[in-house]
Amino acid sequence: MSALVKFEDVCKRYGDAIALYPTNLSVESGKTTVLIGPSGCGKSTLLRLIIRLIEPDSGSIEFDGKPVTPDNINALRRRIGYVIQEGGLFPHLTARANVLLMARHIGKSEEETHNRLLELSELTRFSEKLLPRYPVELSGGQRQRVSLMRALMLSPELLLLDEPLGALDPLVRASLQKDLKEIFTRLGQTVLFVTHDLAEAIYFADAIVLMNEGLIVQKGSITDLRERAADPFVSEFINAQRGIASV
Amino acid sequence: MNPIRKTAKQERFESKQFRRFPVSWLPDFLLILSCVPALLVNSSSAADVVIGSKKFTESYVLGEIAKRTLTDVGIPAEHRQGMGGTIILWEALQGGQIDAYPEYTGTIATEILKSDSTLSLDQIRDSLEKVGVGMTAPLGFNNTYALVMRRSEAQRLGIRTISDLQRYPELKFGLTHEFLERQDGWRPLRQRYGLRQQNIVGIDHALGYGALVNGSIAVKDAYSTDAKIEQNDLFVLEDDLHFFPKYEAVFLFRSSTRADAIAALQRLEGTLDETRMIRLNAEAERTKNYARGADLYFERSARPPNSLNDSFPSKLSRWTLRHLQLAGFSLLLSIIVGIPLGIVASRGGAVGHVILGFAGVVQTIPSLALLALLVPLPFFGISIRTAIAALFLYGLLPIVRNTATGLQDIPRSLRESAVALGLSPIARLWEVYLPMASRSILSGIKTSAVINIGTATLAALIGAGGLGEPIISGLSLNDHVTILEGAIPAAVLALLVQWCFDLFDRVLIPKGLRL
Repeated sequence: MSALVKFEDVCKRYGDAIALYPTNLSVESGKTTVLIGPSGCGKSTLLRLIIRLIEPDSGSIEFDGKPVTPDNINALRRRIGYVIQEGGLFPHLTARANVLLMARHIGKSEEETHNRLLELSELTRFSEKLLPRYPVELSGGQRQRVSLMRALMLSPELLLLDEPLGALDPLVRASLQKDLKEIFTRLGQTVLFVTHDLAEAIYFADAIVLMNEGLIVQKGSITDLRERAADPFVSEFINAQRGIASV
Repeated sequence: MNPIRKTAKQERFESKQFRRFPVSWLPDFLLILSCVPALLVNSSSAADVVIGSKKFTESYVLGEIAKRTLTDVGIPAEHRQGMGGTIILWEALQGGQIDAYPEYTGTIATEILKSDSTLSLDQIRDSLEKVGVGMTAPLGFNNTYALVMRRSEAQRLGIRTISDLQRYPELKFGLTHEFLERQDGWRPLRQRYGLRQQNIVGIDHALGYGALVNGSIAVKDAYSTDAKIEQNDLFVLEDDLHFFPKYEAVFLFRSSTRADAIAALQRLEGTLDETRMIRLNAEAERTKNYARGADLYFERSARPPNSLNDSFPSKLSRWTLRHLQLAGFSLLLSIIVGIPLGIVASRGGAVGHVILGFAGVVQTIPSLALLALLVPLPFFGISIRTAIAALFLYGLLPIVRNTATGLQDIPRSLRESAVALGLSPIARLWEVYLPMASRSILSGIKTSAVINIGTATLAALIGAGGLGEPIISGLSLNDHVTILEGAIPAAVLALLVQWCFDLFDRVLIPKGLRL
């Protein structure tokens, strides 16, 4: 089992507030790793550090065995897909143009990109007929499918999902969850998935990373977390979510 | 009368204030920018001798007389009329944009040579010679300041001289702003004559006559050759203490002007006495056409002046074309420079503040002052370049500010999405940020365009033409029809431009942002 991403003593602070204490973490290749924890626990910070939307204060991050630096980050970003809660689609571009933007930018041939687009539209169950539409003309679930297509366009080695289903209503959410899981399995995709919903984490995770107040509290399977809690917070977090779910 | 001399003074005052701002880089900046219109617009004159004139009837008439005199002896001459005030013409004369213009000895002594004491003609001529400027002998009339009243009221109160005013401290004075400020104006006059009137208002010269006639004011300042004195049956109070200096009309010319042209101008010496000048001024104002006044000098009143042969539609199309040229080139420059500046400013920080601050400060400078500031700079002078540069500066702020806010208003999540995709910084700007800010940027450009159409009317003050030409001659002739000939097309043009930009919006703003 090889690690695609490796954090070594990575630390991030905003002024006096520490967003992430020195942290070590490996994201395994071909697996879905889920980052979970309460709001502000540092899970999104971790994701944003990988793609360098923010710079770490200390420590280093390795991608595919090489340290991520300002020099190689733009090349690396093309090997990483990134989907956020609001989709992040550009409103002035059609769904199609959003998906193709990056491929065109790096000069991929029309034929190649067109074939890939058809493939993705099938994979994400997004009707080709909707491709000429603008984001405002699509529903929330459809937008997230387009956003996923855009992230997968260049066949990235790593897919970063920051609460991708957080803004959807339950029915749409359930159907997208199912489709996403299928896609990950079909592609053998390495995924780093951020959520605050335990059920969702359990559904997707090969490994769960539970975070609190800028620290990784425990990493393991759901069984590990349930039966071998490393900290009282772990049981508290799991029981709290289970409590709501049973109501 | 000369309402613009005041403005020249104010301009100098404002220009001093302006220099407190860090503008040392301004000339370089402008120089680079103004290369573009310089290539596009050829403002150099084909005429050998260029005559300038100030923005009032008598100066127009004298300028036209000089032009005719030169062309009559076969010297190609051009008359750039109504170029604003003393300071603008003096700078233009020194800079070589004009070769000659009519001036008054009193103004030369106080405003140009800055002398406190009375100078003789020879003293004035000697001082001018040192800076390469020659002066003709007086043309024959003394156009000095005077105080005037309604004849009927002067008779009723028994007022004949300025000293007589001491007996009526309750009289209301309406004085031009320039007269109130001048070194040889109201304050020393009041001291010399011991006048105690408290009720003094500043009023525009042309409007002042109306106020005097309808009785809202009792006393007003005037020029002794002003045609309005006769027209309105006004009485000129005798300057019994000889306070007012002599304002003898002369022509100033560059010493390097061709000798036959100087000789021709000198033939005008002593040919215009006060009665004659009043008649010429009255004729120009009566016919609303200063060329008529000049005609009368040559006693050729039978021949219709050139400008009457020029039909209104052809004049209108010439003015409009020039107006669009002025507003168009300046807008183009504002866009080319404003958008990049807006992009830099959108990043905030010290540089962003400096850019927005500069564009804002420029906006606060009165347009006339900005023109006067640019005229003395090398390369600018009295030309369409100066007008374009000034309009360009006015057009900057809306574009810079709207570009900056348009970019700043893009949600962070979308900016980050563009970064996370791996787009290069330039591609982010072109493919994502600018299209998303397009609505705001276009509305800034629209604002600039409308402002430019309006402000471009002022370009006529420095002889750059456009729809301001009829407005300014109408103002000095006090002729509303002529003013409207420029004002209405300018307003229509502004509306058309607005409408065109509304169309552009549909083409240039991406459809996804309009849904």
